[in-house]
Amino acid sequence: MGPAVPQVGDIPTPGFSSRVCKTGARAGFKSNTARKSLTSARLRLACLDLGGPNVAGRASRVAAMDSLAAPQDRLVEQLLSPRTQAQRRLKDIDKQYVGFATLPNQVHRKSVKKGFDFTLMVAGESGLGKSTLVHSLFLTDLYKDRKLLSAEERINQTVEILKHTVDIEEKGVKLKLTIVDTPGFGDAVNNSECWKPISDYVDQQFEQYFRDESGLNRKNIQDNRVHCCLYFISPFGHGLRPVDVGFMKALHEKVNIVPLIAKADCLVPSETRKLKERIREEIDKFGIHVYQFPECDSDEDEDFKQQDRELKESAPFAVIGSNTVVEAKGQRVRGRLYPWGIVEVENQAHCDFVKLRNMLIRTHMHDLKDVTCDVHYENYRAHCIQQMTSKLTQDSRMESPIPILPLPTPDAETEKLIRMKDEELRRMQEMLQKMKQQMQDQ
Amino acid sequence: MDTLRQSPSPCSSRPSSPRTPPCETPAPVGIEAVLDQLKIKAMKTGFEFNIMVVGQSGLGKSTMVNTLFKSKVWKSTLPAPGVPTPQTLQLHSVTHVIEEKGLKLKLTVTDTPGFGDQINNSNCWEPILGYINEQYEQYLQEEILITRQRHIPDTRVHCCVYFVPPTGHCLRPLDIEFLQRLCRTVNVVPVIARADSLTIEEREAFRSRIQKDLKSHCIDVYPQKHFDEDVNDRILNSKIRERIPFAVVGADQEHLVNGRCVLGRKTNWGVIEVENMEHCEFPLLRDLLIRSHLQDLKDITHNIHYENYRVVRLKESHQLPRGPGWVNLSPVNLAPTSAGQPTTPRPSKARKRAQEEPKYEF
Repeated sequence: MGPAVPQVGDIPTPGFSSRVCKTGARAGFKSNTARKSLTSARLRLACLDLGGPNVAGRASRVAAMDSLAAPQDRLVEQLLSPRTQAQRRLKDIDKQYVGFATLPNQVHRKSVKKGFDFTLMVAGESGLGKSTLVHSLFLTDLYKDRKLLSAEERINQTVEILKHTVDIEEKGVKLKLTIVDTPGFGDAVNNSECWKPISDYVDQQFEQYFRDESGLNRKNIQDNRVHCCLYFISPFGHGLRPVDVGFMKALHEKVNIVPLIAKADCLVPSETRKLKERIREEIDKFGIHVYQFPECDSDEDEDFKQQDRELKESAPFAVIGSNTVVEAKGQRVRGRLYPWGIVEVENQAHCDFVKLRNMLIRTHMHDLKDVTCDVHYENYRAHCIQQMTSKLTQDSRMESPIPILPLPTPDAETEKLIRMKDEELRRMQEMLQKMKQQMQDQ
Repeated sequence: MDTLRQSPSPCSSRPSSPRTPPCETPAPVGIEAVLDQLKIKAMKTGFEFNIMVVGQSGLGKSTMVNTLFKSKVWKSTLPAPGVPTPQTLQLHSVTHVIEEKGLKLKLTVTDTPGFGDQINNSNCWEPILGYINEQYEQYLQEEILITRQRHIPDTRVHCCVYFVPPTGHCLRPLDIEFLQRLCRTVNVVPVIARADSLTIEEREAFRSRIQKDLKSHCIDVYPQKHFDEDVNDRILNSKIRERIPFAVVGADQEHLVNGRCVLGRKTNWGVIEVENMEHCEFPLLRDLLIRSHLQDLKDITHNIHYENYRVVRLKESHQLPRGPGWVNLSPVNLAPTSAGQPTTPRPSKARKRAQEEPKYEF
């Protein structure tokens, strides 16, 4: 287990981490292959602030941590039961082992109880298959009651913002998914500044979070900030259109933009390749900052690195969505039936849908939230505070080190009221959950 | 009256004229030979056809033209990446002479790059309308000359193919604005472009929604209902009208399918054959434009659209014609070519020629 030790020097860790390393080896934990990633994961987590669910979510890491933590869980239980011979042996290891390697597991359990939330925005011209793709990604039909507008109604349509929320549960993990839809974008004859309502909405969510965060009661802050924006590029153009460039430049500093090539089943493979290259060139040329996938660590295994490389090379993803299940080669697949063949949505040779789904849900969901919180929101906050302090110094001519929002300070009574309302809200939420459960059981 | 006379039969004994021998049908006059003469003349002079393709970039307009005429008539050039699209619409014409079985066709294709690509597309149809009216103006100026050419070069747009993007929902406001304005000036044939992104059900639903939209906005696309001349035309054109707009796919590459060489697009899940009616309706479009209705398109352009334009222009000149062939038109800001002045009168021979009806050349 010696070779793992050099990693200790890389990260400034408290003194006993090296001990953790060696004891791990002596205890003979699990498989050799997991060991390398195991130690690095443990070391990293040892110095991370585990206040929020910042756990890197790669499946093997989680599994490795589970395998590591399990015996220590048992340790805790056994400590509470009457001592046995085995216990005395474990107690020796106990002395050298602090045991906070269970922390990720604790976080994991808490997150499962609390559930995750994620806000996804979809934008693009109408008719590019946005609702179909959302349906395929999350396997829920959020647009059952949607009525397509006729041509007359469209002439006077302006850009709207529509929110649909759905609770998805899988294997005990709850996800509260909010989809922000932008019907009417890019559909009019004159589309000047048609991205302004969308930009305003994103700013509004930031502002609301900023106010909540700076307020006095921060228990139930609702995070409505947009974590990711899927932007649909038409496959019929020769690259980015002026509307696309305008939208992305207006929003690239506010939200993570993931560009997608929509309706990719109308392109032959060579056309897809050319279009992707052209879009990448134009994104560079226009200086648009789309969401960048984080670099994978140097100590990851080759498979993961290869996957990561493929992911980066196939951006922007060429996707196809489908609401229907068709029969292909004796199997039922999600796809589109044409007279000349069947397009399978989940076939990697047909489109990049699987890559998008994995990226969005299975591997990068947390990173998207992190970047939103750490980068976009902080930029907004800094900008906001600067504006306020400059206004304050202009108005009152005094130094104000702590930016105080111009909110009235609530007195004791209002505080009590707020607390009561919070309690009520929580109770109602619990009741709603119970009712939902009951309905599902029925 | 002699009863025999009332029932003439080939071998009747009615007095026959000395020329026709008895018991023989009168020899035909030989009118059908005129058709042959027309055909020979057509082969010599050849045909002209001007087609305009309008639609957003990337909808396969140039590929469609190449597929229609089975030759590399048009090569679309892409602007370099990062270069912004030009603010005003630039129309671009290319002329080719195509020959098939001894018959020459002078084909002019006018492209409209940049249509509908800007953020603000208000009035993006004005350059196109201007171009079409300019061609009418040129023809009009040639026509009112005292010494006219025997065969006036016809640059008028005979057909405008409008490419509707396959959103699957309905016509966009831009499509409606454009079609409303243009169907009054030129024959418009709307097609659903890049139809390989729609399944058959989606295609039919899209088509019926488009037809409803066209009707509710009073957009009269080719073949127009009130120009049907007789019952046969009406029946044929009704069948065509049911299928408008055609869902087309264009391709200029050949692939091998079941041992046959077909024009198509090869994807990972199959080959889309362009000339297969089960895959797309390109054969219908080709038949309409070239094989059956080419002449009709030209007729309607000449007899109806051009005449409408001429009436409007003559009214604008605020003067009644001073006699056959002498029309003083006020200077026009549309046509950059002629100054609108009649040429100095030549001797009476020219005036006599000008008295004749404008001859329709074909």
